[in-house]
Amino acid sequence: MADQKDAETIPITVEFSGGLEMLFANERKLSLSLPTKDKEGNHVNVAYLIDYLCEKEMKDPRRDLFVLDGSVRPGILVLINEADWELEGEDKYELQKGDNILFVSTLHGG
Amino acid sequence: MSVIDSLRQQIAACEAQLATLRQQLAEAEHLQLQSRRQAQEEVQPATFDPLTHDMSYGIHDDFRSEVFAALSHGDGSEQPPRSRWPLDKMEYKRYGRQLIMPEVGLQGQLRLKKTSVLIVGVGGLGCPSAAYLVGAGVGTVGLVDGDTVEESNLHRQILHSTARVGMTKVESAMVALNSLNPNVKLVPHAARLTPDTALSIFKDYDIVLDCTDSPASRYLISDTCVLLGKPLVSASALRTDGQLMVLNNPPLPPGDAAGGPCYRCVFPKPPPPESVVSCGDGGILGPVVGTMGVLQALEAIKVITRGVHSSVRGPAEAPSLLIFSAYATQMFRTIRLRTRKPKCAACSAQATVTPEALNSGSLDYVQFCGTINPVDALSPNERISVENYAKLRTGRNPITGTEVSADSHVLVDVREKVQFDLCSLEGSVNIPFSAVSRLRVGDDAVKIPATEEEERWIAELKARGDKPLFVVCRLGNDSQMTVKKLKAMGLDNGGQRWIGDIKGGLRAWREKVDHEFPDY
Repeated sequence: MADQKDAETIPITVEFSGGLEMLFANERKLSLSLPTKDKEGNHVNVAYLIDYLCEKEMKDPRRDLFVLDGSVRPGILVLINEADWELEGEDKYELQKGDNILFVSTLHGG
Repeated sequence: MSVIDSLRQQIAACEAQLATLRQQLAEAEHLQLQSRRQAQEEVQPATFDPLTHDMSYGIHDDFRSEVFAALSHGDGSEQPPRSRWPLDKMEYKRYGRQLIMPEVGLQGQLRLKKTSVLIVGVGGLGCPSAAYLVGAGVGTVGLVDGDTVEESNLHRQILHSTARVGMTKVESAMVALNSLNPNVKLVPHAARLTPDTALSIFKDYDIVLDCTDSPASRYLISDTCVLLGKPLVSASALRTDGQLMVLNNPPLPPGDAAGGPCYRCVFPKPPPPESVVSCGDGGILGPVVGTMGVLQALEAIKVITRGVHSSVRGPAEAPSLLIFSAYATQMFRTIRLRTRKPKCAACSAQATVTPEALNSGSLDYVQFCGTINPVDALSPNERISVENYAKLRTGRNPITGTEVSADSHVLVDVREKVQFDLCSLEGSVNIPFSAVSRLRVGDDAVKIPATEEEERWIAELKARGDKPLFVVCRLGNDSQMTVKKLKAMGLDNGGQRWIGDIKGGLRAWREKVDHEFPDY
């Protein structure tokens, strides 16, 4: 049973920086196990993860500080394994076991 | 503040300034003396007449050639002595520790010397970066800032001083930088950077440091750097985190895909204004912003010593973002960034940001980034002025004039706990705004139920359900949002119980009621 369950999930690490951790109960790092397929049977991608974070992990109702118009709001960089997600296919990037997804809010203080 | 206190402070400030001036005078005199001695030393060999040498034992070849050279020059003693070395004697000494590094060397030092750097913002980032660049012997440093020094700047803005509170930041920084290294030319631009001045200020510099604190200035600086082909070292910091990027490096013309990405490539759209937190609101640790400023100076030195003008520079480093998190297990991490965005509004072939657009003022950066209007969420009868609330606290209802007991009302302070612990009004209950915001009402409440602690304070507020409830915060914005939320949660018993906020928050309280209440 345990083996079967492991086969059906993708373990990933999600990290927050630049103040976004405040939306997630001040957790800078989450270890998540995502299902391999979404409801339509497609391999889960970063868009799925963003939705998942909003629904399951976000402790603050101010969703617009994280998502806007169906994607992460302007001013947040998404980094897949230490690289800008634009280099990896943005929200269509299919999550792999052990991936590290980092959400960074830009800072403006100086 | 009393007149005596004020005078004492002014005297202390003047004395401190006088001390700084005396120190500068002493340094200047010392330098003058040194350069005179040097000049004398250089003149001396010419007074030694080689022809008085006894030639009966023959002359050394080297000496012979020197003699002939001196003779063929004619009367050389009237010409200024031509330096035998590319740097001044004093420069070898001052920059010796970096000169012997292969990363700098003579070539690097000469490049630093002929480079002009513009530092926009002379605050937490600009102070340390200016100090290191001036220390390193950059030829010219320009400083842009329209602000004056405030006491709350001093824990991180290391060029300013207690005596110089009230002076413009540019002037204050120049005093400190001049005493650090009088050989660097400093150019003051003591005004806020605006779109119509940016091009004319930037054009005289080789490289720009963005040490500002708002999204609007960051886009303006990046656009100007792209239009003029200047590399840009951009940094920012807040609380315990910092970020650093070297942009538009190499600074190739718009449309050249081999150029480095600009700020707009990385952030095409500005963040919503309500997500932008300033150091004044969010807080900042001095060494965190200091670290970022020092790193900016370092990146600038790297770009300059490699040859900012040189067309045959080595391959530029891949664009990256450095993230500094002082309290994370991994303090530094570097992230690979994208290259130039093919449809970037500033640096692509389809750019809409042009010098004409910038000069004409048709690019409104403040509007582009948006502004937050002061919160105005409540009706007048849901609000009370600090003066009236003060009367109520002294035991008299300001409206009815009747005596009220000390336990007449509930005061909720929604500042974060750490601020509440600094100072608070007696009898107030702390429910941090972050906790209030987290709480879901209506259908959402089912999805994420309140925590035990939240249940506890909700119960507490309900238990005193007959008492009017006042909400206060630092400035009077969060308090309004909290009033709305508490009403949505039904704590007003369907309108039976008065819930409202104290207008202007604790700032207004300090200004109008209790001047002793701490200003932080």
